[in-house]
Amino acid sequence: MSTDGKTKLVLGYGTCGIAAGAAAVKEALESELATGKYDAYLDIAGCMGFCFREPIVEVTQADGKSVVYGDLTAKRVPQLLEALAAGEVIEDWVVRRSDDPDAGEGDFLSNQHRIVLRNCGNINPESIEEYIATGGYDAARKVLNSMTPEEAIDEVGMSGIRGRGGAGFPTGTKWGFARKAKGDQKYLVCNADEGDPGAFMDRSVLEGDPHSVIEGMIIAGYAIGATQAYIYCRAEYPLALKRLDIAIAACHEMGFLGKGIFGTDWDFDIRIKKGAGAFVCGEETALIASIEGKRGMPRPRPPFPANEGLWGKPTNINNVETLAAIPWIIAKGGDKYASVGTEKSKGTKVFCLAGKVRRSGLAEVPMGYTLRQVIFDVGGGVREGKEFKAVQMGGPSGGCLPASLLDTLVDYDAITATGAIMGSGGMIVADSSTCMVDLARYFLSFTQEESCGKCVPCRIGTKRMLEILTRICAGEGEAEDMERLEVLAADIKAGSLCALGGTAPNPVLTTLKYFRDEYEDHILRGKCTAGVCPALITLRIREDICTGCGACAKVCPVEAISGEKKEPHSIDADTCIRCKLCLSRCPEEAIYAE
Amino acid sequence: MNDAACQCKQRFADPDDLAPLEEILERYSGERGALIPLLQDAQEAYGYLDERVMRALAREAGYQLSQVYGVATFYTQFRLEPIGEHLIRVCHGTACHVAGAELISEEISNLLGIKDGQTTPDMKFTVESVMCVGACSLSPIMIVDDDTHGKLKPANIRRIIKKYRGGGGETEE
Repeated sequence: MSTDGKTKLVLGYGTCGIAAGAAAVKEALESELATGKYDAYLDIAGCMGFCFREPIVEVTQADGKSVVYGDLTAKRVPQLLEALAAGEVIEDWVVRRSDDPDAGEGDFLSNQHRIVLRNCGNINPESIEEYIATGGYDAARKVLNSMTPEEAIDEVGMSGIRGRGGAGFPTGTKWGFARKAKGDQKYLVCNADEGDPGAFMDRSVLEGDPHSVIEGMIIAGYAIGATQAYIYCRAEYPLALKRLDIAIAACHEMGFLGKGIFGTDWDFDIRIKKGAGAFVCGEETALIASIEGKRGMPRPRPPFPANEGLWGKPTNINNVETLAAIPWIIAKGGDKYASVGTEKSKGTKVFCLAGKVRRSGLAEVPMGYTLRQVIFDVGGGVREGKEFKAVQMGGPSGGCLPASLLDTLVDYDAITATGAIMGSGGMIVADSSTCMVDLARYFLSFTQEESCGKCVPCRIGTKRMLEILTRICAGEGEAEDMERLEVLAADIKAGSLCALGGTAPNPVLTTLKYFRDEYEDHILRGKCTAGVCPALITLRIREDICTGCGACAKVCPVEAISGEKKEPHSIDADTCIRCKLCLSRCPEEAIYAE
Repeated sequence: MNDAACQCKQRFADPDDLAPLEEILERYSGERGALIPLLQDAQEAYGYLDERVMRALAREAGYQLSQVYGVATFYTQFRLEPIGEHLIRVCHGTACHVAGAELISEEISNLLGIKDGQTTPDMKFTVESVMCVGACSLSPIMIVDDDTHGKLKPANIRRIIKKYRGGGGETEE
C-alpha cells in the first residue's frame, strides 16, 4: 500500500494488543509524532497474529520495506522513532523483516497460508476505504450484478469449503437447502457466538477485518434469497461489536447495505444481536431461540433451520470464518480455493495457538498440514524447551491428542478418526506440567455448567461424569471409575439432543484412550505426576536451592513452613494443605510438587 | 479515542426509579423478540436486575414474570445482585486454566475474603470467574473494570488490588 513517501506505522490494536498495553503505546506514538520531528504517520490495524509479542508495530518505509517490532512499551517509543529517523533497525525487538524472512519470528508468518486473515493486521478495520483499496466489495458487486444466486452457490460449492464453526458441513450444500426452501421471508445469521474457551479467531476476524464478514454475508444473503440478516455476537467482545457497528454504518453510506444495494434492486440489511453468555447458543436451534428473545435451548431437528428457522422461516446460519472466506472464493474462483487442502477438506483453517506453545497467536494453515507443522513450524514448539505432551483441539467438544499423533493431518476426517474434532479452531498445547485428568475434569465442569438442562442424558450425565472426575482428582477414585466413565460417555453421546451433549464426553474419552496411565496413577497409585491435583501431591523444598528468604513461610495460610532466616526451610507435609501459594512465591523455584 | 473503556461507570440508577426503564422500553417498543436486549440495557442502567425492575419490565413489555426471570437466570451475563464499585473478572478459559488461573482466584479470595460471585461487605469489589476473554497469549488474565492484567502471578495480585482500593474501605485479611 502507498505510504505517500512517509514512513507508515501500523499499531496492532485488537483486544490482545490493547490488553498487552497498546493503548499506552498509541498515546506515546501520537504525542511523539505530533511534535512534527518525524516524517511518519500512525494507523491502527487488528491483530496481526503475533499475540505472543504484543504490543506490536509494523513500520513500512516509503520503499515498501517493512519491519515488525514487538514487546513495545510507551517508554520504548522515543527510542524506536529515533532509530527510524536514523534509518536503523533495532534488532533485539524485531519480530519480522520483509527483507529477511528468517529474521526474528518471520517463519511464524511464512509457514502460514492466509486467506481468511488476508487483511487482519494489514488494514485499518475502521476504514471502509482501506478495505475497498484491497479489492473489497468487488466480489459482492460481481455476484449481485452478473451472477444468478444459483451460480454463486455453485461457485461456493466448487470451492469445497465446509462450515468452520466446527461441524464441517459443506457450505455450498447448506446454501442450496436454504435457496430451495419455500418462504415469503428468509433469514441469514452469522454465528459469532464464539464460546469455546481458548478460541478467539472469530473475534480476531471481526476486530481485524469486519468488512470481509459483511461482504460474505451480502453474497450469502443474495444466494439464498434472504433480505434480512443478523450477526449474533458475544457481548464479551465489545471491540468486535464496536467495529461491526462502524462497518455497517459505513456500508449504509456507500449503498452496500440497505435498499437497492450496489445499484441493483436487491435489498439487504444486517442487524447485530448481542449474545448474553451461553455456550449452548453456538448450536443453531438454540441460537435461533436466543435471537427470538427466549432461553437458548436447542430443539430436535428436523425440521432443520433451512426450512423452519428464525420465527419459523427458512434460515441459513454460517460461522464468521466461513463467511470471511466467501469474498476471496468469489474473487479468485472456487477452483483456486479447492486447489488448497486435502481431498475432502479444502482451503485453510485458522487456529488459535495457546497454552504452553512458544508462539501463541493466530495461525492460518492449509488443510493437510500435520499437527506437528502447526505446533512446531508455525507455533515454534513448546515453551522453555519443555517436552510436548498433548494438544487439545476443539475445546469442550474436542479431544486431547498425544505426541504419537502429531503427524495427523489437519483434515476433518483425519482428526475425527482420532476421537478429537477439528472444532472451531482452539489449539491448546500442554506440557508435562498439565495433568490430563484435571484437564478432562475442567472441560466437563464447563459443559456441565453450560448444559441447558433440557435433555436428561446431557443434564444428568455430564453431572455424574464430573462427579467421578472430581473424586479421581481428589484421590478418591475407584478402580471401576474408568469403565463407568466410558459407559456414561457412550450413553450421553447417543442420547443427547444436541451437539453440546453429543460431544461433551470427547475430552474424557480421548484422555482415557491416550493418557490412561495418568488415570491409573490417580486411582491406583495415588499420584498426580504433573503435580497439579492437590490431594495427590506433596510439596517439598530443595535444600540446595533454598536461600531461606522466608517468602514462602510468609504466605503459608496454615504456617506449615519453618526454618531459620537464610537457612533452607522445610514444609511439614501433615499441616500443609497443598494450596501451592508458596510455590508461586519462591523466587528461586526451590519448591516442587511430587 | 478510548476504545476499551465503557462509559457506564457513573452511579447506577435506583431500582425504585423506573424512568430509565421507561426510556429503554421506548427504545425497543414494537420490536420482536427484544427481551434479551431489554434486560441487557436494564442491567447497564441499574447495574443488576432487581426484582422491582424485572416486575416492571414484565408488566410494561407484556411478558410473564416467569419468562423474564427464566431468561435472566439462563444467561451468565445477567446478575440478580448489585455489584461492588470494582468488578474483578478472573478468566478461567482453557489457556488460563493451564497457566494456573485457579491460584489467581485463590489469591484473590484470600486477599478479599470473598468467593467467586461475591461482593465485599464494603461494596468495593465483586469477584467473578469468566470464560475465555480471548486474550489467551497473556494468560493467566484478570480484568478489573476495563483494564486487562495479563501474565499474572499470585504475588502481583495484592499490588493490583491495592491500586483500585484507593483510600478507605480496608477489608484486607
